Amino acid sequence: MLKHTPFHDFHVNAGGKMVDFAGWDLPILYKSIVDEHHHTRNSGSIFDVSHMGRVRFSGPDALKFLDTILTRKIVDQKPGVSRYSLVCNDAGGVLDDVIVSRDSKDWLMVCNASNREKLLKHFREVRSKHDFDFDFNDQTESTAMIALQGPKVIERLADILPGDLRGLKRYHFYNDSVMLVKFSAFRSGYTGEDGIELILGAKMAAMAMKMLAGGLEKENATIRPAGLGARDTLRLEAGMPLYGHELLEDRNALCSGLNFAIDLSKDFIGATALRDVATKGPPQKLVGLELEGKRIARQGSPVLLEGKPIGEITSGTLSPTLGKSIAMAYIDSAHTAEGTALSVDLKGTINPGKIVKLPFYKRP
Amino acid sequence: MSIPTDRTYLETHEWHKADGDTVVIGITQIAVDQLTDITFVSLPKVGTKVTAGGRFGEVESVKATSDLYSGVDGEVIEVNDSLNTDPGTINRDPYNDGWMIKIKSSSPVTGGKLLSAKDYEAKVAH
Repeated sequence: MLKHTPFHDFHVNAGGKMVDFAGWDLPILYKSIVDEHHHTRNSGSIFDVSHMGRVRFSGPDALKFLDTILTRKIVDQKPGVSRYSLVCNDAGGVLDDVIVSRDSKDWLMVCNASNREKLLKHFREVRSKHDFDFDFNDQTESTAMIALQGPKVIERLADILPGDLRGLKRYHFYNDSVMLVKFSAFRSGYTGEDGIELILGAKMAAMAMKMLAGGLEKENATIRPAGLGARDTLRLEAGMPLYGHELLEDRNALCSGLNFAIDLSKDFIGATALRDVATKGPPQKLVGLELEGKRIARQGSPVLLEGKPIGEITSGTLSPTLGKSIAMAYIDSAHTAEGTALSVDLKGTINPGKIVKLPFYKRP
Repeated sequence: MSIPTDRTYLETHEWHKADGDTVVIGITQIAVDQLTDITFVSLPKVGTKVTAGGRFGEVESVKATSDLYSGVDGEVIEVNDSLNTDPGTINRDPYNDGWMIKIKSSSPVTGGKLLSAKDYEAKVAH
């Protein structure tokens, strides 16, 4: 039995094509992935991301615990600030990528839906091993989360939502309430566009949706619903990694190029292994590829240099914004220079391409 | 959703419409709905021989790549080249403008694995 988010009825009524995504019944699209993609880049979209895990940490050792499991430094993180980080295993492989926000009294972690159970188990194991004194509360199913993304989102919502949305800095958040509905607004997202992500109580979600996005079913609405399909093409254009594609348990975190989120000067689970990799240099690195023609490179396709395999595609699509076939791939570190001519084996067809700089798309 | 009754279907979602000894092949609305936005089509050249149950090309969308199958034997006599520049035609009009190939066929568009509209609908209905 698939889980339903608080917006399930909304998706079905809006014609959403529902699919099983990490055990949740969610819309992959409403009408067209490409149209929803363009509408996000040109105006605004609302995405139901309630399936993502939301876990709060409180108690005397909450900070110490988070500092132990996160690759990013958080001891200097101020209330009202969010940070992107990785959670690693002892070998330096990635258990998940998360966003950790410091609230006035506790901490909130947003994680991938597919990794929630695994992380909760990890938290329990680390807590008992280190005898940390803290509580964690999985609020995934008692809350809802939506992402509003696109160039017109902030202006459209600034007059509806209380609080200084226009003045809210990137990777900052605030808590407020509107008509007794408490919410948290984060200036973050996963599309490469400006926008916000909102968390609110599950019971209030349907009402809030109407208020925030009244008339969004209309063709000319500023903000329209978009599904998981567009979310994936948008994040790929923006060069953002996706767990299960670019980030994996058996893939060393330093290969991903997310060095800004890995602080080797502090101790955390996986730090020893990662320091060792940092000294030698990671064997492979994540790169962006642009392919000739319109064919899409799929995950697992071999990447070739002068006919010899040097890596593998992790994600690919036909970029709706650029009209080009783009992909991300892990390839041997010796061959990662921008402009390097490579090819991709697409089920026996050798398709030429080259290494390009990430991200593929940057908002103007 | 209505499935045209003037043609026959493979379970793999290709429609076959007879016009004299020519057979036109395309893919169904159901296939299009599953694929979502089509980004690329690979079709055979004129003169290529196809066999019933054989693969004649492939279609790609943002979501997936699928092989295309013929339900009849014959030789390709015409290819819808406009799909190379605008594969979205298949999304907009799969049963007419989105046709893919025409085959001069030596076999009928019934029998074998070819299904009537009603049987196709029954097979693919969930």
